[in-house]
Amino acid sequence: MGSNAYISLKDVVFSRSGRRIFDGITLDIPRGKITAIMGPSGTGKTTLLRLIGGQLRPDSGSVQVDGHEVPRLKRKALYTLREKMGMLFQSGALFTDLSVFENVAFPLRVHTKLPDDMIHDIVLMKLEAVGLRGARHLMPSELSGGMTRRVALARSIALDPELIMYDEPFAGQDPIAMGVLVKLIRDLNSSMGLTSVLVSHDVPESLSICHYACIIADGKVIGEGTPEELKAHPSDQVQQFLQGQPDGPVPFHYPADEAGRDFGLGGKA
Amino acid sequence: MLDRIASFGRLGLDIVASLGRSGRFLIGVLGGVPRPVTGFPLLIKQIYAVGVLSLAIVVVSGLFIGMVLGLQGYTILSDYGSESAIGQMIALTLVRELGPVVTALLFAGRAGSALTAEIGLMKATEQLSSMEMMGVDPLRRVIAPRLWAGFIAMPVLAVIFSVVGIWGGMLVGVEWLGVFEGSFWGNMQSSVDFLDDVMNGFIKSVVFGFVCAWIAVFQGYDCVPTSAGISSATTKTVVYSSLAVLGLDFVLTAVMFGDF
Repeated sequence: MGSNAYISLKDVVFSRSGRRIFDGITLDIPRGKITAIMGPSGTGKTTLLRLIGGQLRPDSGSVQVDGHEVPRLKRKALYTLREKMGMLFQSGALFTDLSVFENVAFPLRVHTKLPDDMIHDIVLMKLEAVGLRGARHLMPSELSGGMTRRVALARSIALDPELIMYDEPFAGQDPIAMGVLVKLIRDLNSSMGLTSVLVSHDVPESLSICHYACIIADGKVIGEGTPEELKAHPSDQVQQFLQGQPDGPVPFHYPADEAGRDFGLGGKA
Repeated sequence: MLDRIASFGRLGLDIVASLGRSGRFLIGVLGGVPRPVTGFPLLIKQIYAVGVLSLAIVVVSGLFIGMVLGLQGYTILSDYGSESAIGQMIALTLVRELGPVVTALLFAGRAGSALTAEIGLMKATEQLSSMEMMGVDPLRRVIAPRLWAGFIAMPVLAVIFSVVGIWGGMLVGVEWLGVFEGSFWGNMQSSVDFLDDVMNGFIKSVVFGFVCAWIAVFQGYDCVPTSAGISSATTKTVVYSSLAVLGLDFVLTAVMFGDF
């Protein structure tokens, strides 16, 4: 993908608590496109976002964002780079002591010296973009799950970032909220020219909006390409994941002793 | 047997690692110079949360402890006919010991546990992570104002505790039991030294305030972000703070008043 890649991971190895989560993962995320990163739960999709955002450092390998080597950045440079990134957390992560308006205004108040009336207008524009201008006086505890994510989305685009990372945006959403989020992610990407990284295990929704997708499992990329290329991918593991088959290369049973031994049959238990 | 030695060793390593983390954490919190424009309102808000909201428990406890001291002191001192020394007894006990120590224990239970739970919950709901991803350092934005607020509020609360306690002792001793008011205040004035007693007690409360606030914010920041983790961190805050206060009190008392 070369110079068109906004994010580029090369041979990234990362372990936590003695468990190797990434075993030499290499991945390019193109600029200005929506890239879906999919994979079974527990494969480290969120960890991947944290490596990109510099919240975690890899054991070895390179993580480049817009040409910056993230793990080597000094604290100040890292925080400056993060101003160009937005991240939508799975829980929304709104500040519970601030209203919807103040949540969206937070990054603007911290990072800019804009006058209050301008902040007011920007916040209302961002809330309008997610359809929640009328909810600006509510507190986070008064919002539904879908609304929480939309407010969080408005907050993460408050500073007009170049990159936005979505961590499981569809998890636990009803069909309407899911439809709204799919529309928002697609619209924001095209209207703001963002580079979007979407981490999810909701296959149909992710494949319906992404330009490019990759599936990770066992610490490696097991398949990547456009949605059409993936659907025709020859790997059994990719097909098992995309079609949601209960058994296959990823076994239904957690590794265990022979069943006969556990049930005390045919010998000493 | 080997397992036990290994688990003992692991415990030791965990303790050292935790101490190391808390030290680095403290440097991180104190290292950043807060911006006056944004930092000051945050600090005021936290002083209100940990200080002003702790006032009720501190005042009521101070009043009752002073009143109990008055009663007990009178019972003992009247046996020797020296009940007029009750004022100095109450004042010295409160200013040197009970003021800083009991306030710190109350502070750990009322404000420390709240700080830990609040920060722990912010961690569990990814509020701290999202702040980091917005390019805002949670150590400066969330932790530092809370640490400073505890550090500032605790000595003030200890002073209030002592004042209210002395007043409670006066209510019982003078108003109820009939000790002569002149000797109550006069004995107190002649025996309580500003530098030796009041200042030393104040220094104690400053140290306790710092330690309690440090333990509370660190336990919150370092907790396992689950409901069980937060509950365990809150318990640890109260237990560690109480033990640290009592242990440090002995050390500080030995240093301040130990030159026999």
